[in-house]
Amino acid sequence: MDIFGMIITGIGVVFLFLGSLGILRMPDVYNRVQVGTKCTTLGNFLTIIGVGIMQPEWFWKTLIIAIFVLVSNPVSSHALGRAARKNGISLCDKSIVDKTEEFKEHTE
Amino acid sequence: MKIHYLSIYLCETDNNCLLFAQGFSKINLMNKQKQHEKYSVRNFFYLFIILMIIWMALALSLNKQELYTGIIVSFVLSLALYRSFQIIGFPKVTIRKVAALCIYIIVLFKEIVIANLDVAYRVIHPKMPIKPGIVIIKTELKQDLAKMILANSITLTPGTFTLNIEEDRLLIHWINVKTDDIDEATQIIGKKFEKYLKIIFN
Repeated sequence: MDIFGMIITGIGVVFLFLGSLGILRMPDVYNRVQVGTKCTTLGNFLTIIGVGIMQPEWFWKTLIIAIFVLVSNPVSSHALGRAARKNGISLCDKSIVDKTEEFKEHTE
Repeated sequence: MKIHYLSIYLCETDNNCLLFAQGFSKINLMNKQKQHEKYSVRNFFYLFIILMIIWMALALSLNKQELYTGIIVSFVLSLALYRSFQIIGFPKVTIRKVAALCIYIIVLFKEIVIANLDVAYRVIHPKMPIKPGIVIIKTELKQDLAKMILANSITLTPGTFTLNIEEDRLLIHWINVKTDDIDEATQIIGKKFEKYLKIIFN
């Protein structure tokens, strides 16, 4: 059981590492938020659940923490992305399409 | 039409709502306040059951003292807080909806794992194969809670994340743009979740 938990935690740590690497490598804010959200969600989830498996009496508590992370992580990334878009931070040169103007026209 | 997010309002009402503080519009709030009374009993029981489950998971024992304390605390809390849950508007529970919810959760987890492998591949690859862009998709969902769940699911799935929601349109940042047509993008990004959410919130 201990080893199984360690393997799961280890996979989580690998994803967290890849997330931080992605934040360094990506060209603009939006792509960084993408990588940050995805890798940290699964990374946190696996790390916390792995701890719960190693210590079976904590399992339900860690599950609740993991679910809270799963729900609140997208919300925070949405807030970051929306604030960036509102302040008009531009996309990187590689971008092909930007429909923000069309979106604004539709809503006004 | 300008839409105000109610996160501040909800935080002021009570801290419990922080999780749900995304995507509620002012107009919908006023509409919901009119039909307040209709849902109050149902909301009270939902809140009671949710609090009770969290209590049981944290307490981890079934002796009488723990149970009684949990029941009293959950009862008082849900009595105090059920009013602020009326904005959210939970649907009625049927077997079909519970089944749809289970399938939805399985699909969501599958997508989360695919998303992570996808992002990991893009990060590790030396040339970084990204084609970012911002597209619009449409949704047929009406309820605020359903739209919020859809937006959060889109954020957690491969290569997409939600920037903004206005009425029936979502502004999406896509790391690998395949099409800039609204209908095609809706098919690719939104449909896999929308069909289950429609059953849950019909």
